[in-house]
Amino acid sequence: MNDTLSLLIGLAMGLNLLALGTSRLPVLIRAVAAQGVLLGLLPLVLEAHALDWRLILITLATVAGKGLLIPYMLIRAMRAAGIARELEPFIGYIPSLLLGAGGTIAAVALIRYLPLLPEHAGTLHVPGAMALILTGFILLIGRTKAISQVCGYLILENGIYLAGLLLIRSTPILVEFGILLDVTVGIFVIGIIVDRIQRAFDSLDTRKLTALHE
Amino acid sequence: MNAYLLIILPLTGAVLAALWPHKDTRPLFLPAVGLTHTLLCLLLLVRPVAVDPSAWLAFDPLARAILPGVSLLFLVCACYAVGYLRHKEQDNRVFVPALLLVLGLLSAGHQARHLGILWIATEAVTLACVPLIHFNGTPRSFEATWKYLLVGGTGIALSLLGSICLGYASLHGGGSGDITFTALLAQGASLSRAWVLTAWVLLLVGYGTKMGLAPMHTWKPDAYGESPGIVGALLAGGVTSVAFMALLRIKSVVEAAGQGVVASRTLLAIGLFSTLVAALFLLRTRDFKRMLAYSSIEHMGILCIATSLGGPGAWAALFHVWSNGLTKGALFLSAGNLQRAAGSSSIDEVRGMSTIMPRSALLLVTGMFAITACPPFAPFFSELLIIRTGFAAGQGWAIGLFLACLLLAFFGLSRIVFAVVDGRPKLKATKRTRLRESAGLILPPLILLCASLWIGLFTPDILKDAWSAAVLQLFPQP
Repeated sequence: MNDTLSLLIGLAMGLNLLALGTSRLPVLIRAVAAQGVLLGLLPLVLEAHALDWRLILITLATVAGKGLLIPYMLIRAMRAAGIARELEPFIGYIPSLLLGAGGTIAAVALIRYLPLLPEHAGTLHVPGAMALILTGFILLIGRTKAISQVCGYLILENGIYLAGLLLIRSTPILVEFGILLDVTVGIFVIGIIVDRIQRAFDSLDTRKLTALHE
Repeated sequence: MNAYLLIILPLTGAVLAALWPHKDTRPLFLPAVGLTHTLLCLLLLVRPVAVDPSAWLAFDPLARAILPGVSLLFLVCACYAVGYLRHKEQDNRVFVPALLLVLGLLSAGHQARHLGILWIATEAVTLACVPLIHFNGTPRSFEATWKYLLVGGTGIALSLLGSICLGYASLHGGGSGDITFTALLAQGASLSRAWVLTAWVLLLVGYGTKMGLAPMHTWKPDAYGESPGIVGALLAGGVTSVAFMALLRIKSVVEAAGQGVVASRTLLAIGLFSTLVAALFLLRTRDFKRMLAYSSIEHMGILCIATSLGGPGAWAALFHVWSNGLTKGALFLSAGNLQRAAGSSSIDEVRGMSTIMPRSALLLVTGMFAITACPPFAPFFSELLIIRTGFAAGQGWAIGLFLACLLLAFFGLSRIVFAVVDGRPKLKATKRTRLRESAGLILPPLILLCASLWIGLFTPDILKDAWSAAVLQLFPQP
């Protein structure tokens, strides 16, 4: 079980680096979608011995939401705006990659010093969550296009979802409500806003959102 | 049962309002639902019901100490909204249901006794506010909504992470991972120390973003400045109070885990920082609605300072939630009147409002004196209590800094308010569509100001009892 778990999380961490290093929005969106699918499958691996319809329903909802629905909306928003590249990020691609890679290595190295339960100590579970959250923040802060920021927010959410899976046995309701509400509604609304912003500003460049300041 | 009724009633109202076919009569849902909600709240305030300790949602002493005030504020804003929406050309098919949704979710958030339910309610309130902030549909309100969503969304994500950490603290400490506040308090000292502290930091940042504490306050001036006055009043008096309630409940868990000193110190630091940042920005801003946002940041800071002072401080904080909510409501509504008449909220474009809208201008000036803690309004009494509690707790230097910030905030607020009210009339609106100062425009802020006066001068015993019961729930051993 731990091998499959670490493999899935390791792949998801690899996708972080792809997301940090690319300037092409379609690649970024697909990396986030693939990460969502990988993480969506995790409940099946974690609870392989106690599968029930509720768990399968969570898995289906997560995979459909993170893997299909949101990427579809993001691609649509991207086509509507007619942009496919992030040209002038605040934090360049090489520095973001170095930051992300450094953070990932630190997360894996620090795991020994964290107070964890024995069943979580030997896996990539907690370092994976930390690396995803860090990557999400780098993208949120370091990119200027609204779509890249939404992708950053999604990776941040993936990280939190991964952290929530630590509690899937004791408080599954936190995981369920968390993913359902946050992912479906939150991103749906963000998607609508992106749509509106693009109509108002044509370019989806959040640097132009500067009318309001002191 | 009544706990659920307080949530179901507004949600049902929201569905009905969304299905209601007529634009002109739809706003009437607001006062109807608001009145029923307030009556129910007052009934529960007078006759508290026994609370099942394991319940996930209940009208417990803490909810009893704050929710009636929020409900009252909503009712007054709802009455104002009827007249406001009549003048608006925009369709209100989304606006009215979203307002009712906010009321229902606020009731859920205040009554939540489960960390997960509390988070869901806060998240849902955040989303329900999006169409409200965006109501005017201008490019500036697009910008405000985008910033609100990005900053608020990140904050809410961090508070979920904090909730997960608190759950893990329970698991790691040998508990069952039950995250009802009752269970967490019962587990107390056996919660894992490292995870409790991590959770506290994340939850403070997360819910602090929702409250608008500095330095996570950046969405607030934009959102308050660009949304209609009633939305500002509800955000400042209602939504922030849910986040504050969350911090109160979480702090009691951290205290039970033996980390109360750390929690108090961080609250004091972030409270003082917020007050200071707000006071400095108040000296600089040139917009009277953004001014109200900074004033709200200042008062959220004051709540944190009060909460850091232990049991008596928490009592004063609950008092201040009421006095700030009601007074701020009056300010937002009267400022909204001036903005509607003048077509702008910048002091560069609006002047001499005392001759054009004399009653609203008088209300704004009175409200300004009330919120800057001039007697005999409620903020004076609640802040005086906080200052006395602070000196009694030996935090003299902190209170000194706090008083200096209050003085700066007074300079900032009075500078802007008098710039708008005094002088030769100047408006931005070119076509003189005169806004008549009808009863619907003047009475709601007047009622809120009178309520502020009344709560300050003659604090009802029943409210004092409710606050004492809430403090007893937070700090079982005094």
